[in-house]
Amino acid sequence: MTWTILLPFLFSAAAWPLHRVLRDRVGFVLAALPLGLFMWLAGHLPLPLGQVVAQSAAWVPSLDVHFALRLDGLSITFALLITGIGTLVVLYAQGYLKGDPGLGRFYAYLLAFMGAMLGVVLADDLVLLFVFWELTSVCSYLLIGWYHEKEGARSSALRALVVTGAGGLALLGGVILVGIMHARAGAAGADVWRISALASVDLRGDPLYPAALALVLVGAFTKSAQFPFHFWLPSAMTAPTPVSSYLHSATMVKAGIYLLARLHPALGGTPLWHYAVTIGGAVTMVTAAIAAACQTDLKRMLAFSTVSVLGTLVMLLGPGTDECIRAAVILLVAHAMYKAALFMVAGNIDHETGTRDVHALGGLRRWMPLTAAAGVLAALSNAGAPPMFGFLGKELLYTAKLDLARLGHDLVFVAVLANIFLTAVALVVAVWPFFGPRKKTPKEPHEAPWTMLAGPLLLAVASLFVGLASGPFALSLGQEMASVIAGRDVPLELKLWHGLNPEALTVLGLSAVTLGLGFALFLRLRTWLAPLAALHRRAEATWGPPAIYERALSGLSLAAKGTTALLQTGYLRRYLAIVVLGAAAFVLPSLVRGLPAGARDPGVPPTAVDIALGVLILGGAVSAALSRSRLAALAALGATGLGMSLLFALHSAPDLAITQFLVEALSVILLVLVFWKLPPYRGIRSTPRRLGDLALALAGGAVMALLVLIASRDRVEPVVGRWYSDASVPEAKGRNVVNVILVDFRALDTLGEITVVAVAGVGVVALLRGLARRRPEASRPGGES
Amino acid sequence: VRPLILRTASDFLAVLLVVYSIFLLLRGHNDPGGGFIGGLLVTGAFVVYALGHGVAAARRLLRADPRSLIGIGLAVVFLSGCAALFVGRPFLTGLWLDHAVPGIGKVSTVLLFDVGVYVVVLGTVTLILFSVADEEDAP
Repeated sequence: MTWTILLPFLFSAAAWPLHRVLRDRVGFVLAALPLGLFMWLAGHLPLPLGQVVAQSAAWVPSLDVHFALRLDGLSITFALLITGIGTLVVLYAQGYLKGDPGLGRFYAYLLAFMGAMLGVVLADDLVLLFVFWELTSVCSYLLIGWYHEKEGARSSALRALVVTGAGGLALLGGVILVGIMHARAGAAGADVWRISALASVDLRGDPLYPAALALVLVGAFTKSAQFPFHFWLPSAMTAPTPVSSYLHSATMVKAGIYLLARLHPALGGTPLWHYAVTIGGAVTMVTAAIAAACQTDLKRMLAFSTVSVLGTLVMLLGPGTDECIRAAVILLVAHAMYKAALFMVAGNIDHETGTRDVHALGGLRRWMPLTAAAGVLAALSNAGAPPMFGFLGKELLYTAKLDLARLGHDLVFVAVLANIFLTAVALVVAVWPFFGPRKKTPKEPHEAPWTMLAGPLLLAVASLFVGLASGPFALSLGQEMASVIAGRDVPLELKLWHGLNPEALTVLGLSAVTLGLGFALFLRLRTWLAPLAALHRRAEATWGPPAIYERALSGLSLAAKGTTALLQTGYLRRYLAIVVLGAAAFVLPSLVRGLPAGARDPGVPPTAVDIALGVLILGGAVSAALSRSRLAALAALGATGLGMSLLFALHSAPDLAITQFLVEALSVILLVLVFWKLPPYRGIRSTPRRLGDLALALAGGAVMALLVLIASRDRVEPVVGRWYSDASVPEAKGRNVVNVILVDFRALDTLGEITVVAVAGVGVVALLRGLARRRPEASRPGGES
Repeated sequence: VRPLILRTASDFLAVLLVVYSIFLLLRGHNDPGGGFIGGLLVTGAFVVYALGHGVAAARRLLRADPRSLIGIGLAVVFLSGCAALFVGRPFLTGLWLDHAVPGIGKVSTVLLFDVGVYVVVLGTVTLILFSVADEEDAP
C-alpha cells in the first residue's frame, strides 16, 4: 500500500524528463499510473463489512509517530475517486495544455498532489495525515499560480495558501490536543496518534475537547471552503481547468469533509459538534448557492456551487443519524462525478471558444455536440433529475432532513432553497451555452479533442449508469463507507422509486418543486437576480470575507513597514542600543532573581598581576569612552582587548586567549582599512544623551557581569565541567577539552555556528556592494548611509 | 608605492603564519589550537601579504575565490559528519584511524571537521577584508 503513495511522487519526479522525450504524448504514459492504482484499489472490492487492509512502520519512534496506512470503506471510496478522476484529468490536461512547454512541470505538480491526497485519505496516523494535508495545500498553491506571469493568478494562489495554511496551523493544534486527550484517556504509547484507535476511548468528556474540536473544525472548514473561509475557492478558478476540476471540486476541497467523516466516530455526537457543524454547513450551503447564481463566469458559478455542495455535506455530517450519513455518502460521490464533468465541460467551452462569460455563449451544440451531451447529462445529475445519480443524493438529503427532529423541519426548506439555486446554476452552465441563438465568440468554436471529451463523457455516463443500477454501488462501497463514518453498521439501499407512502411522496414532491422552481429561475435568472448580483459584488468589494481578508493583508504589510521604519533606522548606534537594551530588559530581571540563592564561590584571590591587568582593562574602557579622537579611542579599546586576552592566558584558557588576540588583531586591520572612509568623529556634547548612553552601557555591563558571576558560582558543583574533562580522552581521544567540545561533543553547534559565520560574511559583502552602488548618486558619508 | 621593508617582511611573515596556522590546526585536539584559531591565523597571513603587496596580489596568492572556500569548507564539515552514517552511527560521531600518520598524528573525521572549520573561517574573513579593502582601492 505504501507504493500507492510513493508511485505518484516517483512519477511526479519523472514527469519533466518524460515530457522532454515524449512531448505532448506524455499524458498517455502518466495516465497509466492512476489507472493502474484505480484497478488495484478496485480489486479490493467488495470490501467485506468491517474488513480493513492496514500496515504500519515506525517513522519517528521517539514521538510514537508511525507511517501507518489503512484501507477501509471510507478511504477506499476517496482513493477510488482520486485515482479514477485523476486518470481522466491527466488525459484531459494533455489536451488542455497542449503545446505548453511547461506541461512536464504541470504534471509533476499534479502527480505530487495525487500522492499527497492519497496520503491524506490512507493515513492512519494523525501526524502523517497532517503532513500530507499540508502537502496538498502546497501543491494547490503551485497549481493555482500556474499562469504565474499574471498578477491575478499569483494573488489567488497566495490567498488560497494563506487561508488553507492558517487552517493547517489550526489543525496542527487540534491534532496535538487530540493526541494529548487520547493519551490521557489511556491509549497505549504507540497508539497515541493512531486514528483508528481514537474511537475506542471516550474523548468527549475531556476538558480539552471544545478547544480541540474548534481547532479541527477551523482546519476542515478552511480546506473545504466553508463560510466565512470560502472565498479562496472562487478565486482559485484562475488555475487551469484540469486543476479546478480535480483539486477544487472532486478531491482536495473534500479533504475537510474527509477529516470530519474520519473523526466523526471519535469526536462527533456532542451538542457542540452537532450545532457547529450543522449550522456552519447550512449557512455555507445557502449563501454559496445564491452567490453562484449571481456570477456570469462559468467557472466561478461552478466554484460557488461547489462551495454550496460542500456546505451541504458538512451540514449532513453534523447530526450523526443514519439518514444524514447515508445522504452525505451518496451526495459526495455523485457530486465528485458530475462536478468534475461540469468543470471539464466549462473548460472545453473556454478552450474552444475563448470565453467563459455565460452571456457571450449560445448555440454551441452544433459545433460541440459531444461536449453538449456530457454537459446536459452532468447538469441533470447536478439538478437532481431522475434517473441520475444526483437524484438519489437529493432524495436522501430531503429524507435525512425530514427525519431530524430538532433542526430538521427548518433545514429542509433551507436545503430546498439552496438546491433551487443550484439547479438553475447547473442549467445555466451546461445548457445555456449550447442552445439558443449562436453568438459570436473570440475563437471560432469546434469540438474538443478526444482526450478532453473522454473525461466529461465517461463521468456523465457513469452518473446515469450508477443512478439506474445503484444496487452494486450501495453494497460494495456506500454501505461500508457510511458504516465507517457512523462508527456502527449503517445499511444502505438505493432506489429510484420508493413506492406510495406519505413520506416518500413528500420527498418526491420536494424534488419536483426543486426542479420546477430551479427551471423557472433558470429562465428568468438575469432579470430576477440583477439586484442580488449587484449586492453580492458590493459585498465582495467592501464588507464581505474577501474584503476583510484583503484589508487584513494590507494591514499586515503596513504594520511590517511601520516596525521596520521604527527599528531599521540605518544607524549602527541605534541598532547597538536596541540590542543592549533588549538583552538588559529580558535577561537582567531573571539574573537578579537567580543571584542570591546558594553559596558564592570564594575562588582564588586575585594576584598583583591580575589587579594590574584589571586596571589596564578598565582604564582602556574609560579612556575610550572619554577620548575625543577616533584613533585614541581605538588604541584604548585595543588595550582593553589585549588585557583581557592576557587575563585568559594567565588563568589557563590559552585557546580563548589566542582567539581573543587574533580577533583583536584582525579588528584593528579592518578598522585601518575603513578608517579614512568613516565620517568625522563627533563627540556627543549634550549631557542628557551622554547620561542615557552611560545608563545603557552600565546595564549592558551589568548583564555580562552577573552572567559571569552566576556561571562561576555554579562551578561549586562542576558536574558538567568534570564530565567533559573526564570523558575527553577516553571518548574523543583529545586532551584539549575546549577543542574536543567544539569538534566532537558539540559538533552540531559548531556546524551551525560556522554556517552563521559564512552567512554573515556573505551578508557583509552584499551590504558593501549595495553601498558601492548607491554611492554615485548620493554622496553621503559611508558610515551613515 | 609600498615601503620595501613592509613588502619584504610581509613575504616572510605570511609564510611563517601559514606554516604556524597549520601546526596549530593539527595539534588542536590535544593542545591549544584548532580549526577556528588556525583559520584566523592563516587569514592573518593573507592580510599581512595584502598590506605588503596589495589586495590583488593577495587574491592571486589565495588562488581560490573566498566564496568558494566558504562552500568547500561547509561541505567538508558536513561530509565529515556524514561519514559516521555509513557505519551506522549517528551524524557527526567521530571516527578514528587506528594508526598515526607521520607528521600529522592520528587521522580522524574530527580532524576533517576541524579542517572544514579552518577553511570556512579563512574564506569568510578574507571575503570580508578583501571586499572592504577593494572598496578602499576603488577611486
